[in-house]
Amino acid sequence: MATDTLGAWRSDGAARWLFIWPAVVLILALSLFPLVASVALSVSKLVFNPGSVDLDFIGFFNYQELLFGREKSHFLGVLKSPTAIGWAILIGTIALAAIAWVRAARSGRVSPVGLALRLVGGIVLAGFVWLLVQTLASEGGRPGSLVVTLIFVFGGILLQLTLGLGLAMLAVQLVPWRRFFRILFLIPLTITPVGVGYMFLMMTDTSKGPFEPLWVALGLRNFTWVTDPWLARLAVIIGDTWQWTPFVFIVLLAALESLDQEVREAALVDGASRWQSFRHITMPALLPVTTTIVLIRIIEGFKIIDMPNILLGGGPGTATQSMTLQAYIDWNTLNLGRSAAIAYLLLILVSVVATVYVSFVRRRVTELA
Amino acid sequence: MRSPFRRRSATDLSPPAKLGAFLILLAWAFIVLFPIYWLFVTSFKTAYDVDKGPFYIPFVDFQPTLSAWRYILFDLGNDTIRPYVNTVIVGLSSSVIALIVGSLAAYALVRFTYRPRVGIVGLFIGSFALATIAAIAGAPPSIAFLSGLAVFLILAQTVGRRFVRAFGNSDIAFWLISQRILPPIAVAVPLYVLFQQVHLLDNIAALILTYVATNLPIVVWLMRDYFASLPRELEESAAVDGASVYRIVRSIVLPISVPGLVATFLIVLIFAWNEFLIALVLTSANAQTMPLQVAAQNATRGPQWWAMSVLIIIMITPVVVMAVALERFITRGILVGALKG
Repeated sequence: MATDTLGAWRSDGAARWLFIWPAVVLILALSLFPLVASVALSVSKLVFNPGSVDLDFIGFFNYQELLFGREKSHFLGVLKSPTAIGWAILIGTIALAAIAWVRAARSGRVSPVGLALRLVGGIVLAGFVWLLVQTLASEGGRPGSLVVTLIFVFGGILLQLTLGLGLAMLAVQLVPWRRFFRILFLIPLTITPVGVGYMFLMMTDTSKGPFEPLWVALGLRNFTWVTDPWLARLAVIIGDTWQWTPFVFIVLLAALESLDQEVREAALVDGASRWQSFRHITMPALLPVTTTIVLIRIIEGFKIIDMPNILLGGGPGTATQSMTLQAYIDWNTLNLGRSAAIAYLLLILVSVVATVYVSFVRRRVTELA
Repeated sequence: MRSPFRRRSATDLSPPAKLGAFLILLAWAFIVLFPIYWLFVTSFKTAYDVDKGPFYIPFVDFQPTLSAWRYILFDLGNDTIRPYVNTVIVGLSSSVIALIVGSLAAYALVRFTYRPRVGIVGLFIGSFALATIAAIAGAPPSIAFLSGLAVFLILAQTVGRRFVRAFGNSDIAFWLISQRILPPIAVAVPLYVLFQQVHLLDNIAALILTYVATNLPIVVWLMRDYFASLPRELEESAAVDGASVYRIVRSIVLPISVPGLVATFLIVLIFAWNEFLIALVLTSANAQTMPLQVAAQNATRGPQWWAMSVLIIIMITPVVVMAVALERFITRGILVGALKG
């Protein structure tokens, strides 16, 4: 027992708490109040009385408006009956989910609670696919900020991960100028997102930007990105990728550099192929940190705002309006209640996506490694 | 002369593959550099040059001028220098604190087991929510939160002990990262109210505190993977030799984690350096940071490209210098060396 206080202080028991509490307390202190206060905001309306600003409780009106009411086409999109391809995608997804569920139920290894949770998850997934096909694979349908955000997040992450991993794997090789490349590749991340937005506004200008001769050659002199929704979204994803690939790059580079090269060398000397050494030595070591980067990028990506806002002002129409941008527009017009409601729907959405991701992908991958 | 593409060891690429790798890296370098080059030449242009453009090469197709640089550095004077100093102080101090606190928490989550009880956590959230509702309804905030805390402590000591279900380390980690989900737009107004209560508005301390809290989850997650990948035997043998946890962390874990620590430091430094929205809401004059200055160049006369370019260039310079200085620590051999020694 603690006869020697100094000894007890130095024991693992004290370290256990000393190591974790500062982080927990700091985060609690700054996150609890905003979390609760924005719930309160999201169920209220800001009222300007002479001499004071008051919050009037209006219940779930803000949420109702976004999901079913006046703002539905803005938030969820214009929903139309899907085309044949849309129906096929929907039915295919439901069939696959059903098969997976029945197999899980038959295996007997999943608890009843787990089965129930999976059933809920399957229904949520089907609902999402239903929303996607109604807005994207339908005649006259239009995606709202929810679907647009999903497009940005998943399109962006796919590109960033592929590019970041590929570049990191090349930059650990003993190629000439490797130090120059490594530092240079970091630079886009160091520019403030607002600045990157304006920079891409210069780049994409078809009459005064640096690619003007190219646009003229292609006969697109008076073309603007704002005319086509998909080109506009592509421009946002390209800008986002330019900015965020370095993040994936530097984390994977650090992970690759800390691998024990002697193990790989020994494997290659013993006759393993390059692919085998990648598959059985490099990949298991990279997987955990890769899933972490994807999780961080999912969380950060859902908050995308500067690029679509500065580049296109959310346009054409609302084609590039992300959820955070929609919340920002409401915030600017002092509709703080609806802004908070959008933020909360985003919180719920990302929590669901992140939970599913962590419990299905990350846990499995960590076990593999 | 020896070719830089020759093969040096079994893990090294063959010369043609190396040339291919070099060319791909060169291509990406061009993609990265071109917009930055454009920024650089734009900073030497006048409004006329930008408007009649595009012009690419100074002295060849346009006459460079230092007017934008003069405007930002001398005409604006203190309006540039003050935010610049603020950005440096806020960025460096918040990322150093986040790195220290976050790495310790990450190490703890890898090497110790925590079992926070579900019941206690629920009670805490419940009492806090009640206190907040009381405060919003008009009770003095300090009294509301103190009595909320008292209710929580009493209930935790009595009822809370009955709950057996507990969370694990991965739940704690997930809770930490989930704190980044809410977009800044939703957090900004409540944070404003919070810092107004403690009289820290327009004070860099408020920004430092906020950035430490927002960057902690990223440090914890990146460093957690990093620590988990370290060989446990090294620490175990040190523990058998009688070294305390603090000693093990200081003389074994931290030295071999340098690549991960440096990469993580650069990332959180960059995040704190560039944050815009929270800085916009929490500061007004004294504590303003550089991202606000960049955005301010889009004034009523339209974006002042030349001034914006100057600001972005002087903003990224220190970070790039730091990356140049720290890059050599993100290099192989450190771990291997530690294991051998």
